[in-house]
Amino acid sequence: MAKNDLQGALDLLVLKTLAQTGEMHGYGIAVHIQQASGELLRVEEGSLYPALHRMEQSGWVRSSWALTATKRKAKYYRLTAAGRGQMEAAERNFEQLVEGVRAILQYA
Amino acid sequence: MAISRRLRNVFRRSRVSEEVEAELASHLELRMEDNLARGMSAEEARRDALLRFGNRTVTRERVVGEDVALAVGSLWWDLRYALSQLKRNPGFAWTAVSVLALGIGASVALFAFVDAALIRPLPYAKPAQLADVTENLPLFPRANLSLPDYLDWKQRNTVFRSLEVYRGEGFLLSTGSGTEPVHGADVSAGFFRTLGVEPMLGSDFRADADQPQAPRTVLLSYGAWQRHFGGQRDLIGRSIVLDGEPVTVIGVLPQPFHFALRGNAEFWRPLQVLANGPHCYTDRASHCLYGVGRLKEGVSIEQARSEMKAIAANLAVEYPESNRGQGASVLPLSEAIVGKVRPILLTLLGGAALLLVIACVNVSSLLLVRTETRQREIALRSALGASRGRLVRQIVTEAVLLVALSGVFGLAAADAAMHGLLTLVSRDMLTSMPYLQGLGLHPHVLLFAGAVCTASAVLFSAAPSVRLMKSGDLRAGLADGGKGDSGVFWRRFGSNLVAVELTIAMVLLVGAGLLGKSFYRLLHVELGFPPDHLATFDLSLPEKEYATEDRQRVAAREILRRLSALPGVKEVGTATDLAVSGNGDTRWIRFVGRPYSGEHNEVLEREVSAGYLPALGATLRRGRFFSEDDDNTKPKVVMINESFARKYFPGEDPVGKRFGDYQLTPSSIRTVVGVIRDLREGGLDEPIWPAMYVVFSQDPETSMEVLARTRGDAASLLPAMVAAVHGFDPDVATSNTTTMEGRIADSPAAYLHRSSAWLIGGFASLALLLSVIGLYGVISYSVGRRTREIGVRMALGADRGSVARMILKEAGRMIAAGLAAGLVCSFGAALLLRNLLFGTPAWDAPTLALVALALGAAALTASYLPARSAASVNPVEALRAE
Repeated sequence: MAKNDLQGALDLLVLKTLAQTGEMHGYGIAVHIQQASGELLRVEEGSLYPALHRMEQSGWVRSSWALTATKRKAKYYRLTAAGRGQMEAAERNFEQLVEGVRAILQYA
Repeated sequence: MAISRRLRNVFRRSRVSEEVEAELASHLELRMEDNLARGMSAEEARRDALLRFGNRTVTRERVVGEDVALAVGSLWWDLRYALSQLKRNPGFAWTAVSVLALGIGASVALFAFVDAALIRPLPYAKPAQLADVTENLPLFPRANLSLPDYLDWKQRNTVFRSLEVYRGEGFLLSTGSGTEPVHGADVSAGFFRTLGVEPMLGSDFRADADQPQAPRTVLLSYGAWQRHFGGQRDLIGRSIVLDGEPVTVIGVLPQPFHFALRGNAEFWRPLQVLANGPHCYTDRASHCLYGVGRLKEGVSIEQARSEMKAIAANLAVEYPESNRGQGASVLPLSEAIVGKVRPILLTLLGGAALLLVIACVNVSSLLLVRTETRQREIALRSALGASRGRLVRQIVTEAVLLVALSGVFGLAAADAAMHGLLTLVSRDMLTSMPYLQGLGLHPHVLLFAGAVCTASAVLFSAAPSVRLMKSGDLRAGLADGGKGDSGVFWRRFGSNLVAVELTIAMVLLVGAGLLGKSFYRLLHVELGFPPDHLATFDLSLPEKEYATEDRQRVAAREILRRLSALPGVKEVGTATDLAVSGNGDTRWIRFVGRPYSGEHNEVLEREVSAGYLPALGATLRRGRFFSEDDDNTKPKVVMINESFARKYFPGEDPVGKRFGDYQLTPSSIRTVVGVIRDLREGGLDEPIWPAMYVVFSQDPETSMEVLARTRGDAASLLPAMVAAVHGFDPDVATSNTTTMEGRIADSPAAYLHRSSAWLIGGFASLALLLSVIGLYGVISYSVGRRTREIGVRMALGADRGSVARMILKEAGRMIAAGLAAGLVCSFGAALLLRNLLFGTPAWDAPTLALVALALGAAALTASYLPARSAASVNPVEALRAE
C-alpha cells in the first residue's frame, strides 16, 4: 500500500507538471518538480522513467521525439485526456488522504 | 487496447529497450549541458550526471519491466488476492464451489447425452441425405415393407439415388462347443454403399450378392469380429457356419459403425430371395422389411415423402387386396433413430439447466451478500487510489477463479455422472442406442461446459459490479460500513432472487411429481396376469435339424416335459412372443360367412403351447383353454382376447365362430374355442389390441419364448431350466434368461419412465434444498441487518410474537410470489411434458396442490428459524452492539 501511495504521488507530480508545462521531456520534468517545490522534492531519476513508461502504456501521456532549445534530441511527453482525468482523480484522492492524515495528526 | 500494446512490447523487447536507452542517454546529455552551464568541468559534469542517475542498465530494465509487470503482474496480484479472499472465508468458498459444481456437473452430463444422441452426426457419409422409408398404417406409423412393394417403390421413385432394405434376423452361430444365438440382419446388396460405409477389412457385398444364385457371404461388425474370432485378420475369405450353413466372411465393418434401428446386429448377410425365405419376399401382403434410402442431391424429405405416398396410392389401386390403406412414411434417418429419446433427453437437459440456474442464483446471492459485507474494504481500497475499473477487475478475477474451480469439479462430477447413468441403462436399451457408446467429454461437451462457465462468470462478475457501481460515494461507505442503503437494496434484490429460486424449484418438483406419478401408473398398469414367479428365456431350435413341423412339435413337447419335471416348476408354456414384449406380429383376418370388401382386420397373432395361457395365469372368460388334444390331427382352433370379441363379435358369443386369413385359405380357417381376459401383449404404455392365440402343435415354429411359473424364486430356477434344455440337445440355443418382472422392469417404456422420473426427481430435490437454503440465507441476513431495528421495536414495546410475525410476513411475501409464479410456469412446463406422461393429465391438480403445499411448508420452516432468532433478540444488547 505504501508503494502504491508513493507511486501515486509521483504519478500525480508528473501529470501536474505536464499539465502546467504542456510538453516536456523527462529531464525537464525532474527539474521542474524540483524547482516548483522549492527544492523540497527531488525526483529520483531512476524512478522517473519507469513511471513515465507506465503512464504512457496506460494511455495517460503521449510521447514524441523532438529537438530541445539546444538542438539535442529528446523524448517529449504530453498529457492525454485520459491523463487529465486521472490527474484530477488522483488530486482528489490525495487531498482526501491529506485531510485524513491531518485529522489524525490533530487528535494525536 | 493498452493490454495488447503491453503484450506486444513484451515481445518486442529489444526495440523498446533501444528506445529507452536513447531516452536515458538524452537525459544524461541534458543534465551534463546544465552542469556545464553552471560552470562545472566536463569531467565533473559527467560524473555528477551519472551519479544522480544511478545504474543505467538497472533503470532501463525497470522501464522495460513495467510492461511485463503491468500485463502479468497485476493479474497475478489480483489472482493471489482473490485466492486469499476465498481462503479467508472457506465456508463461503466451499458452499459456492460445490453448489456451482453440482449445477455444472448435472447440465454437462446431460448435455453429453444430448450430444451423443442428438448432435453428433450418425457414422455415415452425409447422414442428412439418408431417409428411413417404410409403409405406413393407421396403427403402425412405421410399418414394414413387403419385397414386392419395395421393388415397385425402388423402380418407380425418382427421388432416391438408391433405396435399400434390411430385416433383423437371429442366427445360430456354430462354435467349437455348440451353437450360440447371435443377432444379425439381412440387407440388400447396396445397403452399406447407400449408408456410405466401407468395411475396414475385406470388401463390401458385390452388387449381385443378393441374387439367389450368388455365393453366400457375410460381413461382421467390429464387435463380432473381436468377440467371436479374436480379431484375426485372416478370417476374411474363411467360412463360418450360420444356421447350419457355411457362409464366407468377406469383410469387417469399421469400429464406429452402428445401425441403431437394428442395434444388436453383428452378422450382416445379403438378403437372398430363396425358396425357403420369409413370406414377405414373395407375398405382397406380408411385411417384414424396412427401407433406407439416400436422397438425390437437392431433394427434400417432404418431396420424397409426397412422391412415395403417391406411389403407394397407385399400388393400392393396382393391388387392392393386399395394398388397400398402405401408405408410405419417409423420415430423416436420424429422426427414426432418435425421435423417441429426443423429448426425454431434452426434458432432462431442461431439468438440469433449471438446476444450474438455481445454483447460479444461489451463488450470485452469496456473492452479493459478500459484496455487502465487503463495502468497508472496498471503500478503503478505493480511497487509497484504486479506480472503479480496478475494483471491478478484482471482482471479475474472483468470479473467474470461483467458476474455474467449480468448472473443474463440475467436469469431474459430469464424467462420473455419465458413467453412472450409463450403467443404469439396461443392456437391451443400450443396443438400441449404440450412439451412446460415444459418450464422453468430447469437444462439443467441453465447449458447452466452457460456455456455461463463461456465462456464470459473467453473471457473478456483473451482479457485484453493478452493486458496486450503484453504491453511493465512498466516504459514505467508509463511514457507514455498508449499513445504509445496502440493506434495503439487498432485501429487495435478494428477495427477488429467492422468489425466482422457489419458482424454479416448484417447476422441477411439479415435473418430478408428474413423471413419478406416470411411472407409478405405468408399473401398476393392468397386465391381465400376475407377473411374479415367472421364469422366462428365449429358445431356438437349429433349423437344419428341426426342419419339419413334426420334428419341431416333438422337440417342443419333449423340452416342455423335461422343464415341467424340474422341482419348483409348477407350469410351463411357450409363446412366439411373451406378454409385454410389444405389439407386433399381426395378421389380417377375414370371417367365414360375412361379407368382405377388402378391409384389413389387423390382429396380433401368438403361437402358444397348450399350457402357456394357464401358466401365465390368463383368465378364461368363455369357452375353454387349449388342450394337448388340439394337435395337427384335429380341426384348427383359436382363442381370442376380449378386445377381439368386442371389436369383431359385438353382442355375439364368439365361441364356435370361424375366421381365416384375408384370402380365407382353407388351411388358415380356425374355430374360436375360448375367450380370455385381455393380456397386455404390447409394452406397458401401448394400447391393448385385438389378439388371437393359435396353438403351437397346429402351427409349430423353430423359435419360441419359454415361460415357467415357479413355486419359489423364479430367477434361481433359470440355470436348471437352461441345463434341462441342453440336456435334451446341446445345439438348442437359449438366450435372454430372466424373469417376467425383470423383463417388465427392463422394458423400454419402464426404463424411459423410470430414468426420467428419477433424474428429474433428483434435480427437484436438489432444487428444493438449494432454494430453501437460499430463502433461509436471505431471511437470516435480513434479520442480522435489522438487529438494531428489532431492538428498537422491542424497546418500544413490541412483543416477541409480533417481531417473529414481521419476519415471517416478509418471508411469506417471497414464498407467495415464488409459488404463484411457480404455479403459472408449472402449467407451461407440464404442457411441454405431456407427451412423456402416462395415465396422468398435465394439469394434475393433486400433484400441483401437493407440491405447492410441500414447498410452502419447507419454505416456511426455513424462514421460521431466523424469525425465532429475531424474536429472541435482547433489545439492550442489540442497541449496545451498534
